[in-house]
Amino acid sequence: MKWIAAAPLAALLLVLPFFAGDFYVNLASQILIAAIFALSLNLLVGYGGMTSLGHASYLGVAAYISALLTSRYGFGHVPAALISIAGTTAMAAFFGVIALRATGLGFLMITLALSQVLWGLAYRMSGVTNGDNGIAGLTRPMPFGLSLDSAAAFYWFALIVAAFAFLMMAIFVSSSFGSSLKGVRDQPRRMAALGFNPWMIRWITFIYAGFWGGVSGLLYVYYNKYIHPTSLSTTSSAEALLGVIAGGSGTLGGPVVGAALVLLLKNYASAYIERWNMLLGVVFLFIVLVMPTGIVPGLGRLATAFRRGSR
Amino acid sequence: MQFWIIQGLNSLSLGGLLFLLSSGFSLIFGLMRLANLTHGAFFMLGTYFGATAMRSFGGLNIWVTALGAGIAVAAIGGLFERLVLTRLKANPLGQVLVTLGMSFIISDACLLLWGGDSIPVPTPRNLQSPTRVLGFVFPTYRLVLVGCAIAAAIMLYFLLERTRLGAMIRAGVDDPQMARAVGIPVSNLFTIVFCLGTGIAGAGGVLGGPILSAYPGLDADMLPLALIVVILGGIGSLLGAFIGSFVIGFIYTFGTALFPELAYIILFLPMIFVIAFRPQGLFGRVGA
Amino acid sequence: MTPLRSDYALEVINLKKAFGGLTVTHDISLAIKPGERRLIIGPNGAGKTTLFNQISGDLRPNAGAIRLFGTDVTFFTPYKRAHFGLSRTYQIITLFSGDTLEHNVTLGLLGLRPSRWQMWRPLSHYSDIATDARRTLDAVGLLHLAEHPVSDIAYGEKRRVELAMALAQKPRVLLLDEPLAGLSNTERSQVKSLIASIPRQTTVIMIEHDMDTALDLAETVTLLNYGRVIVDGERDAVIADERTREVYLGA
Repeated sequence: MKWIAAAPLAALLLVLPFFAGDFYVNLASQILIAAIFALSLNLLVGYGGMTSLGHASYLGVAAYISALLTSRYGFGHVPAALISIAGTTAMAAFFGVIALRATGLGFLMITLALSQVLWGLAYRMSGVTNGDNGIAGLTRPMPFGLSLDSAAAFYWFALIVAAFAFLMMAIFVSSSFGSSLKGVRDQPRRMAALGFNPWMIRWITFIYAGFWGGVSGLLYVYYNKYIHPTSLSTTSSAEALLGVIAGGSGTLGGPVVGAALVLLLKNYASAYIERWNMLLGVVFLFIVLVMPTGIVPGLGRLATAFRRGSR
Repeated sequence: MQFWIIQGLNSLSLGGLLFLLSSGFSLIFGLMRLANLTHGAFFMLGTYFGATAMRSFGGLNIWVTALGAGIAVAAIGGLFERLVLTRLKANPLGQVLVTLGMSFIISDACLLLWGGDSIPVPTPRNLQSPTRVLGFVFPTYRLVLVGCAIAAAIMLYFLLERTRLGAMIRAGVDDPQMARAVGIPVSNLFTIVFCLGTGIAGAGGVLGGPILSAYPGLDADMLPLALIVVILGGIGSLLGAFIGSFVIGFIYTFGTALFPELAYIILFLPMIFVIAFRPQGLFGRVGA
Repeated sequence: MTPLRSDYALEVINLKKAFGGLTVTHDISLAIKPGERRLIIGPNGAGKTTLFNQISGDLRPNAGAIRLFGTDVTFFTPYKRAHFGLSRTYQIITLFSGDTLEHNVTLGLLGLRPSRWQMWRPLSHYSDIATDARRTLDAVGLLHLAEHPVSDIAYGEKRRVELAMALAQKPRVLLLDEPLAGLSNTERSQVKSLIASIPRQTTVIMIEHDMDTALDLAETVTLLNYGRVIVDGERDAVIADERTREVYLGA
């Protein structure tokens, strides 16, 4: 971890609301939420070697549960959040058992199919989810009685959660479990022969990734004060996957950079181009064909080459 | 009683449509080990082509349209395969991602070209009058769809089992390395199969038009159905795709009719069952 | 006379494995005593690696049983067998090529420890594992390369790392799948002396298809051909046997 380089960045992030306008602070909040979501997906894709196209399920389900409990059943934010995360994590455990019956492409197809089912349910069960209208008029929580309605207040809240998430995931990937996960990604047969239980390792990771996906879902619904079935769509999962791959899936920094890029692209491109999805598709093709390992490793290689060259 | 018969026929025609959709998907997956996530979009492209052709050329023959759309879609598919997919031979994950990206491109292109409204496709005039069987009245077109699926199945069966091309395809499915070693041009075979698979989807899209209409999001509705059919029926198995299509056709139709809000869950259940107890599907090979 | 079950470190009983129409192991039976040094030889395609894969649990046999120290392990998963004292190396190098030698051996040591499930402490904090790993690398003469990624070292050195990983867990039964394949003469003598120095608590079963290279390491030999046991017994007896010469000259 390059902590020395991180300190000025951390300082910059902390004081952002003091010199940037609301529009940029809100954009930063969205980037933080996307970053947590991408990081959670990266646990599966980058560290676990399990490419999922259904990760939006966890974001969406957590968001919907919180939305429904607070707006329709009068739950307070804290119990709603707890139930939401618990429910999402339980769903991840269930989905994991199904999806992990396969690996590689089979796994991908199953995660895709499962998330499509949830998306379809969100649309169809309009009695519960309000279907295409989505659920609006939601509120943000008030931790310790402080309002999160201002852009800056929400931003700092999201920053704290994101920093915590990042830290927890950094600990996770450098722990012995994290090392065994990477081992199973690289040589599953060898790991089994050494005494590791590949299925259990993958399943636990799947659940943990779903957990953090749910956390990002809560932040998402708090920020937007609105939830719609599109958040569960394949496009949503694909955007996160693009962020992870574009940024570089083997690292912790990659998904953050990638998620930021995808979000910025989406925000600015949609001002000029009506068809954001087409651009997303083209970017996908470009990244996969030209920069398959992602931006952060690519930059890392450039930096190493530069260092070697300047000796 | 009428309800059950009507829904039964709807199930059969949906099953037929699903076969046209998923036979190509299953073939592509079986031979190229590629989950072609663009498949729903190719189908939808066919539907849109058909919608425009049938509405503007006033009663253009649906068979000609289907053939034309099939060829057009196959051409697009072939270009995509040659220009993009072949470059990613060593990167199966990358292949899946670009098919996803391509599906976004096609679906947004359709939105751009045809707008956001649903375009109903007229049933061909000579098939509009209903058929009377055993005192019951059936929409003729739906019966014809089932016939199309059966015809397609027979043609595909003939192609795979009785022709040299089919033998090469089957060899490539069983063992691509060995096939290459005995001189089978696997790379060209890939292109042919991709064109064939997407072409059938395109033609199927045209034929499905009168029932489904062309609308944005048709691809997102069809792709998971193709996935579920192939998971159920087994990858690379034509028989599996055939039976799976009709099973799903029945489950989806009756499910939507009886429990509209839970239709997706009803689809979900056989898929879980199959994955839990028989991951290779009903007819697929283990380790596909 | 039926011998006592715990007499043998590894027993293979009427093992059969078929892939579709092709039967690769027909009715193979072996009985290997604790501490023995057994060499399994046979021409290519004799079914040696398929046999190993069934013993290690990577393949499920169609019929027959496998017993480790009297316990029936036929339906144990590979990782359960590892916890039961079984360890193996592979024909193809399956090391973690992007990681350092030390990390590779560390993973080997972690596999049997409960701390492998820890999600909150960095792996680097387990100093006892680090010490063990370095000691293991030292025992195979590779401590000086501990910080190097596996992709950077020579093939013979990779083989020694594999061996180190397999031995680090102090297995009761060690399966070596063609450990000397592709090595230069110097590398071969290095690996051979390593194998010769394995303590008697570990039973060693080796596959080699080149008979001469590993013969001096073996006490007993089993000759396989077309998935069947042709000759089985003390090394010198097997070498002298008519059938051995037939298999190798006829091949």
